[in-house]
Order: sequence, then C-alpha cells, then structure tokens
Amino acid sequence: MTMQGWFLILAFVAILVATAKPMGLWLFALYEGRRTPLHLILAPVERGFYAAAGIDPAKEQGWRRYAVHMLIFNAVLMILTYALLRLQAVLPLNPTGLPAVGEHLAFNTAISFTANTNWQSYAGESTMSNLSQMLALTIHNFLSAATGIALAFALFRGFGRAQAKTVGNFWADITRITLYLLLPICIVYTLVLIAQGVPQTLAGSVSVQTLEGARQTLALGPVASQEAIKMLGTNGGGFFNANSAHPFENPTALTNLLQMLSIFLIGTGLTWTFGKAVGNPRQGWAILAAMLILFLVGTAVAYGAEAAGNPILHQLGVAGGNMEGKEVRFGIAGSALFAAVTTAASCGAVNAMHDSFTALGGLVPLFNMQLGEVVIGGVGAGIYGFLLFAILAVFVAGLMVGRTPEYVGKKIEAREVKLAVLAIAVLPLVILGMTALASVLPAGLAGPLNKGPHGFSEILYAFTSAVANNGSAFAGLTASTPFYDGLLGVAMWIGRFFVIVPMLAIAGSLAAKRQVPESAGSFPTTGGLWVGLLVGIILILGGLTFLPSLALGPIADHLAMLGGHIF
Amino acid sequence: MGKDFTSALRPAIVLALLFAALLGIAYPLAMTGLGQLLFPVQANGSLVRDASGQAIGSTVVGQAFTGERYFRTRPSAAGKGYDGMASSGSNLGPTSRVLADRVTADVAAARAAGISGPLPADLVTASGSGLDPDLSPTAALAQAPRIARLRGLPLDRVQALVASITVRPLLGDPRVNVLALNRALDATGRR
Repeated sequence: MTMQGWFLILAFVAILVATAKPMGLWLFALYEGRRTPLHLILAPVERGFYAAAGIDPAKEQGWRRYAVHMLIFNAVLMILTYALLRLQAVLPLNPTGLPAVGEHLAFNTAISFTANTNWQSYAGESTMSNLSQMLALTIHNFLSAATGIALAFALFRGFGRAQAKTVGNFWADITRITLYLLLPICIVYTLVLIAQGVPQTLAGSVSVQTLEGARQTLALGPVASQEAIKMLGTNGGGFFNANSAHPFENPTALTNLLQMLSIFLIGTGLTWTFGKAVGNPRQGWAILAAMLILFLVGTAVAYGAEAAGNPILHQLGVAGGNMEGKEVRFGIAGSALFAAVTTAASCGAVNAMHDSFTALGGLVPLFNMQLGEVVIGGVGAGIYGFLLFAILAVFVAGLMVGRTPEYVGKKIEAREVKLAVLAIAVLPLVILGMTALASVLPAGLAGPLNKGPHGFSEILYAFTSAVANNGSAFAGLTASTPFYDGLLGVAMWIGRFFVIVPMLAIAGSLAAKRQVPESAGSFPTTGGLWVGLLVGIILILGGLTFLPSLALGPIADHLAMLGGHIF
Repeated sequence: MGKDFTSALRPAIVLALLFAALLGIAYPLAMTGLGQLLFPVQANGSLVRDASGQAIGSTVVGQAFTGERYFRTRPSAAGKGYDGMASSGSNLGPTSRVLADRVTADVAAARAAGISGPLPADLVTASGSGLDPDLSPTAALAQAPRIARLRGLPLDRVQALVASITVRPLLGDPRVNVLALNRALDATGRR
C-alpha cells in the first residue's frame, strides 16, 4: 500500500461527501415535482411526452397501480430489446456486419438490461451492432436507472406522508428523472469522456499498421455516450468485452476517478434527499455514515490484499502487488477502489478482472454484493434496500426495549417487518439455491475456467452478481450457454422485481399511517448508536447467511494460496 | 388489478417509443456530431500517424512489441495478443496452475533477456483489457540496458528517454506509454 494509493481513496470519499447535499437538493426538487432551471428548455419536451402518452402527471397512484405500471413499462422495454437484438442483422448501423444475437443470449441480455444488471454473457465488440448498443441497450441504461430512482421516491413518500392513499405518479417520476437529471449530466459527461480519449463515432473499426509492421484492427463505435449513462445509472454493461479496463472506455486516471464518482453520485445524493423528505437531513447523514463505514472497511481489505500480492508469484521471482488483470494506468489502488465501488453499488462495470484478484481481494466484491448492495448501492435500489434493513434494525431495537418500533415518525408494525424480511430473504435463497444447483449439474460444472476452490467462487460470484443485479463477473466462467443464460436470466428477474414489489407494498402501508411525534421513549435514529446498530444488522444478516459459501470458495482459495497450492 | 393493467398499456408503449427515439437515437447521434466537431482526433480513436500520414496506432490503446530492439509491452490475453477486436484479461485466479506456468515461462524469458533481481509485476502479468498501452517506469527501466546494448546507445540516454515519457498524474500511478517511448527511441536516430 502506498501514500499515493490512500490519497486517492480519501480524495474519492471527500469529493463524494461534498456532492451529497447539492445532488440531494437537485433530487429533492424532482421528488417534489418542483421547477428546476432546466425546465426552461426541457419542459415542452416533458409536456409533449405526457400529451402523446395520455398521462396526467398530477394524478397520483396508489402503490398497487404504481407497481403494475412500473412492471408493464419494464416488460414492454424488455420485449423491444429482445426484438431489436434478434433482428440486428437486418437493421441499419451494423458496420461490421454482425449476425442476429442468439435466442438464449438475447433473452438473458434483455432481462439483464431491464433489471439494471447488465450482466454480459457476450463480448460487445464482436456481438452487438452500433444500433443494438445505442437503441437496445442505452435506453435501458437510462430507464432502468430512472425506474430505480422513482421507486426510491415512492418509498420516501411512504415515510414522508401521513394518512395518504398514493405514493406518486410513476410516469411523471421517470420522465422527470430522465429529462432533468440523467440526460443533462450525461451530455456534459460524454463530452468530457471524448476529450479524454473515448471514441464517439458511427464507424465500426479502424485498421492501423503497428510500429513493428503488424496489422491491428481497433473496434470503435459510439462509446462515450453509452459509457456516461453506464456509470451514472449504475448499469455497468460495457461497450467492449473488457468493460472499463478497455482503454477506449476508460483511457486515463482522471476518467477512472470520474467513473468511480459517477457510480456513487446519485446514490449518495439520495441519502440526503431521504433525510429532507422525512423532514430531518440528519436521518440521511446517519445512513450515509453507516454506508461509508462498510465501504471503507471493504476497500481497505481489498486494497491491502491486492497490494500484498500473490505469494505463489513471489516465489517465482515477481515483486510487488497483484497486477494480473489490472491496468498500469489505474494501478493497484485505483483498481481495488473501483472493484469496491462497483460492487457496493449495483454497477458491475469493472476496470480490472475480478477473477484474477487475490482470494481476499476477490472476496470483498463478492461480499459487497451479498450484503444486498446497500452500501450506497444502485441508483434508487441502494437506498430502498438499505431502508429495508433500517426497518429490521428498528424492529430489533424495539424487541430489546419492549416498545413498538418507530422509524422517522412512522410506527413499524408486523406487516412492514414481514414484507421487509420477505424482500431481504429472496437474495440468499436464490443465490445459494442456484449456486448449489450449478455446482452439482454437469451443465453447471462445465462453466468454470479455474479449477479448485476458485472454480466454485466463479459460480457463486455469477449467481450473486445476477440476483444482486450487479453484472460484474468472475469472467472466466463460460456463461453463454443455455443453462447459464437461462438460469441467470431468471435470477436477475427475481432479484430485481421480487424485492421491488414487497418494498412498494411497504411504501403503500407506511403512507397510510399517521405521523407519530418523537417522544422521550423513541429510539433515536440519528446518532452513533443507531449507525452502529445498522452496520451490525447488515453484517450479521449478510455474514451469517453467506459465510459457509465463502468458506468453500474465497477463504479456501486464500489458504491454498498461502500454502502455495496450485490447481 | 385489471384496470391497473389496461390503463398502463398506452403510456407504456408510447413512452417506450418516445424514449427510444430520444435516448437511443437522438442522444447518441447528437453526441457523435458534437464529439466529431469538438474533439475530432479523440472521437475517432486518438490515432497516431507517421510522417506519411499512415495510421500506426492509437495513443490510448496498446499494441504488441515483441522484437528485441523495442521496449516490450505486457503479456496480453486479447486474442493472440493485443487484438483490438477481442479485448480480454486472462481471468486466471491466484491459485491457477496455468497462471503459474505462464509466469514461470515469462520470468525465464526476462532472465534470458538480461533482467536480474525482482521482476516488476506488470512485466510478467496480463492486463485486464489485453490492450494496456503502458508500463510502470520500473518495468520500462528494467529493459533499458538491453535496448541500450542492441541500439548502441548510452544507457543514461535511454534512461533519460524513459523519464521524459513518464507521466505522473496527481491521482494515479506513474506510467510510460510504450508506443510513445518506442517512437521516441526510433527518433533518436540510431536503429
């Protein structure tokens, strides 16, 4: 570990905390449906969209209607993407003449991008035409992100309102979030990325003659416009196979820092927005503090393990940290930090190959996802996932003092706790169940590239990433088979929507309750005790459920590495 | 429930089409237009051209250097090495026998090329993309004696060349662009 490395990590956290309030304020304006300066230009577009689609933005929806409309919109988008991928060969903007995307791969990819996962069973440069990248994939990057933020808004309204029947208008929420938040940031961000060296062209590739006289063909395309929303919307689906490790996606140390910041930008702002929505910004800061504690511990472990390097290679005469799968321009700190960020959020972009991390360095991304990606988390999904844990935390605190639990002015009763447990229990059930299945079936065992415990880690990582809607991979696993494409597709769908529906039911149930004023007997949910309780609940639930599987994978791998065993 | 369903169809289909037009077509095309106008070099891959205008590579993407008279780039898992159409890392884990065997062979090759002492890690490990354009300054300097000998240049001159190409960003590790370094080497006159 170096001073320079820690300086990067601390600078990252400092910039992030500084953005929380400005970003949170902007999000709060959208949450309330207030005018922003951008309305001057974009309000006519917004009105036009409503008029064409027959939407009355002032007409609010109950949680059931909000949920059904959200599901149908996502289903329509998914079908559209599946059709575009299957018809790719006959559609325009296909400069390298790629064939149609196969059935199971198109199925997997359509679900994956709808669910904000962006798992890549494919190599972008040799599978997706420019039209597919732009039209079939980029729109999901925007709209799955907008859906996530809208859902968080619905839950905030549940906490913030009293005796209300509605939680907002889904169509107005996603339209405002897309027009006044995602699109403007992406326009500026895209231009910065291009200036730094990210291509933006409709050409498919360019051929050069290298200094040694060989021919090298470089894949090109409209990369920057997709890169911007890929990071900002915590989507993570790269234009190229190597994702943000590819120099055309992430050419400099500066773009690397910007990419990491943009993954966390909206999720961090939403913690402040939550505090504001429930009338006390300190509630938001308490959540952010708990998130950052979990984040920094994970980052330090990953950085430490990668900087220490691989003793098996040291024996061969190699010095220093683990550089297999890493780029020189990011270094070990910039790669370990990126890995922690991308899995704490549900982004899944990678700037280094997680499969080649040391055993403990690779355990951190895996564990971050298993916690449910509530450490900042995916845009919207992170904070609503976190609030599910907060409900359980006040429940536990209530049991200890023998009082009905309250959180930010709402009584938490049996219905909310049951629904929260339901949403949280989906994660381990599906991850561990499907991993077990793939670990015994021949079609599952055909997947891993690496042998020994690391091969099991590859399978466990795949299902964790799919259910948690992350999309990063221990990419040695060959997942473009009917077995993995199919099973992972189902896993991504369950991981997204089986959490959302109980969460919206909680929003509806909370909105209908009256506000309870804070009293001397209320458990305070702003101080250090509360932050500690939150961290504890998240670690115990994540740790206890997944520890046995981690022992079989990364921990066994670590002991083998220390003992010099190779497989 | 039935009414919830039917009332969603029109907004879902119309908004999906409108957003597809805005986000999937207008946005990337407008960005392409602006990018081509404002940053034509970067938007088209940051190509480097020789005196005759022939494209010889990209400043941001790595290319293979396998000959003895050039600074060598890192091992690459992209296709057969530095394949710009097949970016990839090796994805080999820390306890992989394949990895250990590959590194053993690369260490032996480095020793044969006259590099002694602990080997800089980036010299014998594959990058994440297989297209890493850089080396660490240590990995470049380790190759300097070989280059000086084969090119008949004083060692300190080669070392100074490496130092002049080294970039030290504020928030990142120092790095040497291998294409820029080898071009500078060619420009020193003696081949």
